[in-house]
Amino acid sequence: MAVITREDIIKPENLVYKRTSLLVDCALSYCPGCGHGTAHRMLMEVIEEMGIQSKTIGVAPVGCSVLAYEFLDIDVQQAAHGRAPALATAIKRLMPEKYVFTYQGDGDLAAIGTAETIHACNRGENFVIIFINNGIYGMTGGQMAPTTLPHMRASTCPYGRDTETMGNPLKITELVATLPGTCYVTRQAVHTPGNVRKTKKALRKAFEYSYAKKGVSLVEIVSNCNSGWKMTPVQSNKWMEENMFPYYPLGDIKVPAAE
Amino acid sequence: MKELRLMKGNEAIAEAAIRAGADGYFGYPITPQSEILEYLMAEKPYETTGMVVLQAESEVAAINMVYGGASCGKKCWTSSSSPGISLKQEGISYMAGSELPGIIVNVVRGGPGLGTIQPSQADYFQATKGGGHGDYRLLVLAPASVQEMADFIPLGFDLAFKYRNPVMILTDGVIGQMMEKVELPEFTPRWTEEEIVKMSGDWATTGKTPDRERNIISSLILDSAKQEKHVKKLELKYKAMEADEVRYETFQCEDAEYLLVAFGSTARICQKSVDIARAKGIKVGLLRPITLYPFPTIPIHELASQVKGMLVVEMNLGQMVEDVRLAVNGKVQVEHFGRCGGMIPNPDEIVKNLVSKIIGG
Repeated sequence: MAVITREDIIKPENLVYKRTSLLVDCALSYCPGCGHGTAHRMLMEVIEEMGIQSKTIGVAPVGCSVLAYEFLDIDVQQAAHGRAPALATAIKRLMPEKYVFTYQGDGDLAAIGTAETIHACNRGENFVIIFINNGIYGMTGGQMAPTTLPHMRASTCPYGRDTETMGNPLKITELVATLPGTCYVTRQAVHTPGNVRKTKKALRKAFEYSYAKKGVSLVEIVSNCNSGWKMTPVQSNKWMEENMFPYYPLGDIKVPAAE
Repeated sequence: MKELRLMKGNEAIAEAAIRAGADGYFGYPITPQSEILEYLMAEKPYETTGMVVLQAESEVAAINMVYGGASCGKKCWTSSSSPGISLKQEGISYMAGSELPGIIVNVVRGGPGLGTIQPSQADYFQATKGGGHGDYRLLVLAPASVQEMADFIPLGFDLAFKYRNPVMILTDGVIGQMMEKVELPEFTPRWTEEEIVKMSGDWATTGKTPDRERNIISSLILDSAKQEKHVKKLELKYKAMEADEVRYETFQCEDAEYLLVAFGSTARICQKSVDIARAKGIKVGLLRPITLYPFPTIPIHELASQVKGMLVVEMNLGQMVEDVRLAVNGKVQVEHFGRCGGMIPNPDEIVKNLVSKIIGG
C-alpha cells in the first residue's frame, strides 16, 4: 500500500474549507473554548460570501468582544457600553447604502444598553444586531448579567441568583420580537457543526432582510463562558445544553411576513 | 443677496446648520432649547439638503448617534440644556478620545440638579475643563447674539474638522429664546461621499475598500505607554488651539482704567454698564472672550498692565473668574460679581459692584 504524505493531501483540489480572509490572521483574545471566535468566523464568512466588505460598517461593544475590531477586516467603530445601537442608527441613517451591524454581549445589550436596544428596534432601524448571550459578564471577571439563570452562581451572586431580590433572567430577544420594528428575530448556538451552519444561515438572512429595509434583525447566539462558569469547555457546552437552552430555546422567534 | 430674518437664537442655530451642510442632527427635548428640534422637524431638511433629523430616546443616545455619524466623516451635531449635557458627557469624552469632530450646543439653564429653566452660565467649568472623564478639552465658543448663534455653526464645523475634536457652543436661555435680526449664512452643499473619502478617508469608517487598510474608531488603548502617547498627541492639538484659535472682543478698552470681563449674554449687559459708568466719569472697558477654551489669557494678561482692577461678571457663583485670575497672575485686583439660579444681572448693579469691589467707595 502506498504511503500518503502531507504533500499528497495539501493540494488546491483537495481544499474544501478554509479560513475566511476577512478574519485577520492573529491570535484571538478570547479564552480557548469560547464561542466568540466561531461567531466571528461565521459573521466574516457571510460578509465575504455576500461580497460586502467595502459596504459593511460594524460596531463593537464593551465586553469580551470590545476588541472585535482587531479581528474583523472591515471598518469598525467601538462604542461606549450599551450604546452600539445608537451608533448603528446614525451610521445606517446617514449611509443607507451600507450594511451595518452591532456585535453585543448580554450585559451591553440587555442591561446598560436596554434603552438603546429597544428604541432602535422600535424605530425599525435597518441594521443587524448580533447578540452573544452567555449569561455572565465575561470581560470584567464573571459578574451577574441580566441573563444569568436562576440560582446560577456568579461573582456578584456567589450564592446563586436569587430571583426574589435579583429578578429573573431577561428574555430581551422575545421582548424585541413583539415590536413592529423588528423583522427577523432568532436564537442560535455555535457549539456543534450543525448549529454553526444554522447560525451562518441566520446571519445571512439577517443581513439580507435588514438591507431590504424590513427593520432590525436580531440574531441571538447562546454561547458558553467556560472561564466565567468555571468549567472546562466540554463541561460548559453540556451545561449550556442542559440549563441555558431550556430557558433560552433555540429557533426562529419572528420571521418576515412573506415567509 | 443677504437674507435677513427676525429669529430666536434656537431657530437661528437650527437654520444655520441646514445651510452649513450638516448631515445629521440628533436631539432630545429639554427647555430652553426644544425649539431647535421643533424647527428642524418643521423645516424637513431631509427632503431638501438630505440632512437627517432624529429625536433620540435620550440625550445619551443622541450624543452616541453623533459619535456614530462623526465616525463616518459626517457633519453631525446635537443640542441640549444643562441636565441633558451632563448625560452627554460620556459620549463627549469618547468623541474626544476617538478624535471625532462634531458640535454640541448647550443652552444653559440654572442648576445644580433639575435647577430651573431660566438662563445661567453655571456650566462654564463643565464646558471648559473637560466635563466628562479623562484628559481632554473641547473647543468652546460663546455666542453673545442671535447672529453669532448662526455664525458659530459653520465656524464650529470648520474647527471641529480642522482639529478632529468636538466643539461646544456654550450659550444660555437668554440667547436661545430672544429674537433678533440675523443675517443667515449662504447655503453650503453637504459633502458628497467622494468628498468625505478624499478628506477623511484615512480615518473615517466609510467601508473598507481594497486600496486601504481598515479604519477603526476607538478610544480604547490598553497599553499604558501607548495611551500616554495618545493623550500627549491630544495635548498637541490643545496647544495648537491655544496658539491659533483664541477669539475675543474688546469694547472701549483703549483708555480704560478698569475692566469688565464677561461672556455671552452677560457681556451684552456689560456693554450697557460700560456706558453708564463712563457717563459717571469712570473709564471702564469690556473684554468678551468668544472662545472660552482656548481662553484669551494673553490679552487679559496684557490689559492687567493697563488697568487698576477687573470685575468678572457671570451668571454663576464665580467660574470664569478663576481663568481671569490665572491670566492676571496677581498683577491687579480681580473680583467677581455673579447672579445665579436663573437671575440675570442688571447694568446698574454691575456698576455698583465695580465701584464697591474694585474702585472702592
